[in-house]
Amino acid sequence: MREYSPIHSTAPASTPLLSTRHLVRRFRDADRPAVDNVCFELYRGEILALLGPSGCGKTTTLRMIAGFETPDSGSVLLGERDITNVPTQKRRIGMVFQDYALFPHMTLAENVAFAMTHLPRKQRHARALEWLALVNMAELGERFPEELSGGQQQRVALVRTLAAEPELVLLDEPFSNLDAGLRERTRKEMRELFKKTGTTVILVTHDQAEAMTMADRIGVMRQGRLLQVGPPQAVYREPADAFVAEFLGHTNLLEGEAAGLSAATALGPISLNTQAHGPVTLSLRPEDLALVRSEDPDSAIIVDREFRGHDYFYLLARGDSRYCAIVPNHDPLEVGARVRLQTAGEASVLPDEGRSQTQH
Amino acid sequence: MAQRAPLHILAPALLVAVAMVVPLGYLGLRAFQADPQTVMDLVFRERNLHLLINTLKLSFGVLVVTTIIALPLAWLVTRTDMGHRRLLTILGVVPLAVPGYVMAYALIGIGGHYGITAQLFDWQLPRIQGYWGAVAGLSLYTFPYLFLNLRSALLGLDASLEESARSMGHSETAIFRRIILSQLMPSLMAGWLVIGLYALGDFGVVALMRYEVFSYAIFNQYSGAFDRIYAAWLSLMLLAIALVFVMSESVILRRRRLASTGRGVERHAPPHQLGKWRIPAWVFVSVVVLASLGLPVVILAYWLLMAPPPLSFFLEVPLVFARSAVAAMPAALLATAMALPVAYLAVRHPSRMANAVERSAYIGYAIPPLTLALALVFLALNTVTVLYQTLALLILGWALATVALAMGPLRSTLMQMRPSMEEAAHSLGHGPSSTFFNVVFPHLRKSILAALALVFLFCMKELPITFLLAPTGYTTLAVTVFSRTSEGMMAEAAPFAAAIMLFSGLSVALILNREGDRH
Repeated sequence: MREYSPIHSTAPASTPLLSTRHLVRRFRDADRPAVDNVCFELYRGEILALLGPSGCGKTTTLRMIAGFETPDSGSVLLGERDITNVPTQKRRIGMVFQDYALFPHMTLAENVAFAMTHLPRKQRHARALEWLALVNMAELGERFPEELSGGQQQRVALVRTLAAEPELVLLDEPFSNLDAGLRERTRKEMRELFKKTGTTVILVTHDQAEAMTMADRIGVMRQGRLLQVGPPQAVYREPADAFVAEFLGHTNLLEGEAAGLSAATALGPISLNTQAHGPVTLSLRPEDLALVRSEDPDSAIIVDREFRGHDYFYLLARGDSRYCAIVPNHDPLEVGARVRLQTAGEASVLPDEGRSQTQH
Repeated sequence: MAQRAPLHILAPALLVAVAMVVPLGYLGLRAFQADPQTVMDLVFRERNLHLLINTLKLSFGVLVVTTIIALPLAWLVTRTDMGHRRLLTILGVVPLAVPGYVMAYALIGIGGHYGITAQLFDWQLPRIQGYWGAVAGLSLYTFPYLFLNLRSALLGLDASLEESARSMGHSETAIFRRIILSQLMPSLMAGWLVIGLYALGDFGVVALMRYEVFSYAIFNQYSGAFDRIYAAWLSLMLLAIALVFVMSESVILRRRRLASTGRGVERHAPPHQLGKWRIPAWVFVSVVVLASLGLPVVILAYWLLMAPPPLSFFLEVPLVFARSAVAAMPAALLATAMALPVAYLAVRHPSRMANAVERSAYIGYAIPPLTLALALVFLALNTVTVLYQTLALLILGWALATVALAMGPLRSTLMQMRPSMEEAAHSLGHGPSSTFFNVVFPHLRKSILAALALVFLFCMKELPITFLLAPTGYTTLAVTVFSRTSEGMMAEAAPFAAAIMLFSGLSVALILNREGDRH
C-alpha cells in the first residue's frame, strides 16, 4: 500500500494567487486577538467564502487582505509578491462593501469610470457604460446612486470593482442589505458573472446558505481562528468540530463508543465515516435520521414540527436528549406522536476537542 | 476598527499639537527666568490674592446670572406651550453677535455724564461699572452658550423618566429638581465651562468696566508697567485657574456618567400648560431680549442717528474693516488648514495619541487669549525676533485660538461620512491625494467654507490677542471700539461698533443654520 501525505496529494500545479501566512491582528483592549494565526491559500478563478458568526474575525481578515488593516504579524502574498506592507491602492485587490460605498456626488458612470485609473481619461466614460451594460444598467449611467434601489446599487458597486480589473475581488457581506427574494437571485447572477469572467473572489458572510451556494470552498472561522477549509460538501459532511457541524446547519451531536467503522450510541449502532476507537463525539445530520412510528415506551416523542415546503423539520425528545430530523413531506407526523429514531446515513467523527459540547 | 494613521495625516496633526504647546513652554521659560527671590515676591503679593478673589467672584457671578437667564429660557422654549419657539430660540442665540466690549459700550452708554440718560433726559444715572457692570456685560452676551446646551439637552430628554417619577407620586418641583436637573447636569456643566473660560479670558468688558481681574492686570503690566515677568506670572496663574475649571468639569462629569442624556429620543413629554404663568413668562423673556439685544441696538441707534459723529468717522469704517479682513482671511485659512488633519486623525484613526492631539487643539481655544498672546510674544522674542510686531504673529495667534472652532464643522461632517468611501477609492487604485480631492473634499466643501467663515468672523471681532500682537498702529474694528469707548468717545466708537454687530450677526446666522441642520 502506498502512503500519501496530504500535502503531496493536494499539491497544486501552479502557485496560489493569494496566500495568507499566520495572520494575527490584535485590537487595543482586547485580551484575545481578533484574528489569530490565519493561513489559507486561494487559486485563480476560485470563490472562497469566509464563514462565521459576527466577531469571529472574518471581516478583519478580509480587511487585512485589502490593506485597510495592517496585521500585527504574518504576511499576505499575491502570487509571489509579499503585499503585507503595500498600500491598498497598489495591491490590485478590489472590494465590494457591505454598504456599497458608491460615491453619492458622482453619477453611476462616473463611479465606474473612477475605477479605471489604468485607462486614458477619454476612454473611461464609454468603457464605464460597457461595464454597466454587463449588469443591464447602461441606460442608468447618468443617474446618481441615491436614485437606485438597493439591488441596483449593489450591482453598480460590483461592476465598479470589476472595472478596476483587480486580481482578486473581496465581498464583505454583499447580500445583507437585500431582501430575501432578491438575495437568492443576486447570488446566482453574481456567481455566474464571476465564473464567466474568471474572477477570483473571497466572500465574507455569516449566512451558511450563502456560503454554500456561492463558494467553491468554505473557510469556517471562530474567535479569530480558521477552523476548517474545504469544499462545501466536505465541510458539511465532515466538519472539523462540533462548532463547524452546528454552524453549517442543524446536526445531532452524539456521544458514542467507537469500534472501527461503527459506534455504539444512545440511538444504537451507527456507521462512521472513518475508522475510530474508544469514546467519540459524532455529528449526525438531521436528514440522516428516519422516523418510524412506534409505541415502544423507549421511543422518542415529537415536541415540535416545522413545515418547510419540500420537507418537515422535527424536534424530538427522548429522555433528557433532544434530536432533530428532516423528513420528506409525505406522511407527516403530528406533534406528540411517538417514533423510533433510525439512522439512515453515516455519522462523522469529530476530533477530541468537540467532546465537551452539549447534546442537541 | 482603526487603522494606523498614515504619515501625511499624522505629521501635520502632530505639528499642530506642537504649535499649541510650544508657546506655553516659552511662557513658562520666561516666568522662570527671574531669580527665585523675585519670583517669590511676584507670586506671593497681596495684590494677587485680591486679583484671584475678584476673578473668582466675577466668574461665579457670571455663572449665576447666565444660569438664571438661560435655564428658564431653555425650559420655556422646549417644554411649555409658550409658542413662537423658533423666534424665541433665535432671540436667545443672537446676543452672541454682540462682542463683550460692545455690550460694555452699551451699558456704559446708559449712565455717566455722556450717557444717553444724561443727554436725553438731563437725568444723570451713575456710570455702570465695576463688579456688577462686568457681570452684566459678560452675562448678557455669554448666556446663549448655556441656552443652546440646555435647549438641546431638554429636547433630547426621555419623557418616560419624568412620567415614571410622576407615577410614583412625586411633585412637579421634585421631578424638576431630581430628574430633569440631574439629567441636564452634563450640558449645564459644559455650558458653565465655556462661559467660565470666557469670564476668565475676557478683557474688553473688565477693562471698560474697570474691574481688576487677572486679565486686566496682565494687560496693564504688559502695556503700561512693562513688567513682563510679572505679566508672565499673572498669565500662568490665570492659566492655572482655567485648568482648574476644565478639570473640575471633567471630574464632576466622570462621577456623573450615568446622568448623561441620551440622544435621538423619539418621544417627548407633552408641553406644560403655562396658565396664569403666561404673563410672567413673557415679561421674563422680554426683559432678557431687551437687555441683551434691545440695549445695544438702542444705544448704537442713539449715537448713530441722534448724536452722530462727523461723517469722516463713518468713512473710516471701510478702511478699518478692510484692515481687519486682511489679517483675518489668512488666519481663517491657516486655522482651517490646521484643523483638517487634526479632525481627520481624530475621526478616522482614533487612538490614545489621536485623542491627545485633538485635545491639544482645544488649548488655544480654552486658554485665556491674553495668556496665549503673551506666550507668542515671548516665543517670538526668544526665537524669531523679526516676527515680533508683525502681522504674521497676529495671524498665528488668531489661528491657534480658532483651530478648535474650525474643527467643529469638519469633525461632524467627517463623522457622518462613511469610512468605506475612502476605502473604496483606495481599493479602486487611488492614492491618498486623489482620494482626498475626488472623494473627501467634495463632501467637506461646505464644512470647510463654514470653518473658514467661523474663524474669519471670530477674528474680525477679536480684541485681546489683537491688542497684544498687532503691529503698532494696526487698529482693527475691535481695537477702535475699545480704545474710543475707554476714552469716553461714545459717538466716535458707534459706527465701528455697529459694523461689528452687523458683521458678527452673520456668524450667528451661520451657527443658527448649523443648529437647524442638526435638528
